Amino acid sequence: MRTKVFLGFVAPSVALMVLFIALPIASIVVQSLHVEHPRVLEEVETCSPFGGCTTELRVDTTATDSLREAEPLGRFAGLETYLNRNHLASAEIGAILRDNDGPADVVARIYDLPFYKALAFTLAYTFLVTPIAIVAGFFVALGVTGVTKGLRGPVIFMSLLPYIVTPLIGALIIYWMTGSDGIIGATLQVLFDDPGLHLRASPVLTWITLIVYGIWHMTPFAFVVFYAGLQTVPSDTLESAMIDGANRWEQIRYVVIPHLAPLVTFIALILLMDNFRVLEPIVSFQAEAHATSLSWAIYNDLYGQADQLFASAAATSVLTTIGVAVLLMPSLLRTWRSFRERGARS
Amino acid sequence: MSGPVSVLGRRSRARTVALIFLTVWLIAATVPFLWTLWGSFKVQADFFSREDWRNAIFGVNTIQQTGDAFTGDGYAGAWIEREFWRAALNTGLVVLCVTSVSLMVGTLAGYALSRSSRQYAFWLLIGALIFRAMPHITLVSGYLLPFFELNVWGVLPTAIVVLVAINQPFTIWMLHSFFLSVPRDLDESAMVDGCSQFQAFRLVIIPVMWPGVITTGLFSFLLAYNDFVVTALLLNQDNQTMVPKIASFLGTVQTEGAIMYAVAAVVSATVPLFVLVLFFQRQIVGGLTAGAVKG
Repeated sequence: MRTKVFLGFVAPSVALMVLFIALPIASIVVQSLHVEHPRVLEEVETCSPFGGCTTELRVDTTATDSLREAEPLGRFAGLETYLNRNHLASAEIGAILRDNDGPADVVARIYDLPFYKALAFTLAYTFLVTPIAIVAGFFVALGVTGVTKGLRGPVIFMSLLPYIVTPLIGALIIYWMTGSDGIIGATLQVLFDDPGLHLRASPVLTWITLIVYGIWHMTPFAFVVFYAGLQTVPSDTLESAMIDGANRWEQIRYVVIPHLAPLVTFIALILLMDNFRVLEPIVSFQAEAHATSLSWAIYNDLYGQADQLFASAAATSVLTTIGVAVLLMPSLLRTWRSFRERGARS
Repeated sequence: MSGPVSVLGRRSRARTVALIFLTVWLIAATVPFLWTLWGSFKVQADFFSREDWRNAIFGVNTIQQTGDAFTGDGYAGAWIEREFWRAALNTGLVVLCVTSVSLMVGTLAGYALSRSSRQYAFWLLIGALIFRAMPHITLVSGYLLPFFELNVWGVLPTAIVVLVAINQPFTIWMLHSFFLSVPRDLDESAMVDGCSQFQAFRLVIIPVMWPGVITTGLFSFLLAYNDFVVTALLLNQDNQTMVPKIASFLGTVQTEGAIMYAVAAVVSATVPLFVLVLFFQRQIVGGLTAGAVKG
């Protein structure tokens, strides 16, 4: 295809992606280097005939508005927002490292800082949900291949539901069931004989509930991809393994799993990207007291009509983007290498 | 016997273990939805029963309060009193526009990418992959201030354009891999016969690409329908779609019984998705695996 024709075809799509994906990334970088103008205060003296005069501070709305209108981005602040307590908290970290009661104390106090709290949960969620969902999806796929053909359609339908349903809604459904007056929450209280057991009361239980939700939500994706992969396992290889005396598990271990291995890379890449942006379950579970994520921190800065913290949200967004880049780096490097090899060969 | 059936024998311990695991999974995957559907026709004292979970099944308090074991109060409250119908209409509009515009823009780009072997086509796809990884909320935080300045915040067209754009990386990847499976000879022979590249695309390729277009359309639909971040932060109160509307129920439903509005709304918003999977299961499974199997 000629370059000119190619450009004509891709122009609308590329224009949309540049305008609404690339430019916003530039926009958050610029915004993160500025801070909003504070309200302009003025001293107003009110005098009454008998009480004398008092001065008080008032917000000068017109001055504030005109200042904000002249410089909508706010005042240039450099890295100030990045280093403050709600983000990288350099001063606080320095203080903690200088004066502490051992490593446990350091970890606990750093975890109390909002950004590191969000980062800790985001990473734990991403790196627990991803592998567990992959393994669970593999076993579901194996199970489905063991079901008679006529039942497979309905079984696949049922298995897809947790993935297809709106994340906010799926999380709400689980939230209502795990509450102390929901069926799972109440049953757990009976099972452990502990009427005070609330899944949302302790940080550990909150984390576990959210991660279990994540696995529930993501397993179907891994399942579907593995299921498609299982359809193409070469049957003669399996048969020769059987003739060589391999039992079922050995066949799975030495024939099926190697055949599916390339799919794992693909599933892992998609799951890492999607889990890293975890937000909806935290909103649905109202879990912010015990678990926040990077996306939630941004959402929290922006949600609501008044006093949106654009600079703070932008700084967290930039830090999140860096996180995504680090996450993608291995697979991007591999793609780049294979692309160069292909180029060298041709 | 071919492939998967022979992986697990007819009567082996492996098969039993796998089937037990599958049964547990199926219960976990479906019971929450059935439970909520059933419970949405009860009163709060039953669905969130402090005394006995069986109340939610038999509706003891529901009978006491309404005289019948099933009540539509939650639905009436959500759809009429809290005007959920308005949110449903907005969702319908947003989803319809996002899906059709995404496909129009996406098929053009996906086709060109599948027919070009130049380096820039490769890099465009890699760029799209990186864009695909961006958490949507980071992009939204870049939109808000410019949208306020331009005075386009809060209205449906803005949310639609943004959703189309956010959807593009995924759409062009998927369509690109579908177009690759259509042989190049087809459009090349059309062009020998005097078609322009666009005519070949429009008259020869698209008619044989419908299955791929429908599959991609389904995923555009799902993305727009399931979105929370963009619609919650870019739409004002009047233009709210279903998902942010449900989220806003949660803040205001502390009053007794009103939480059942949220339950009813949740069930209402889930039903279309069930119908979609029921009719398009094959396409959805095909779409999820398209990326993996074809590269």
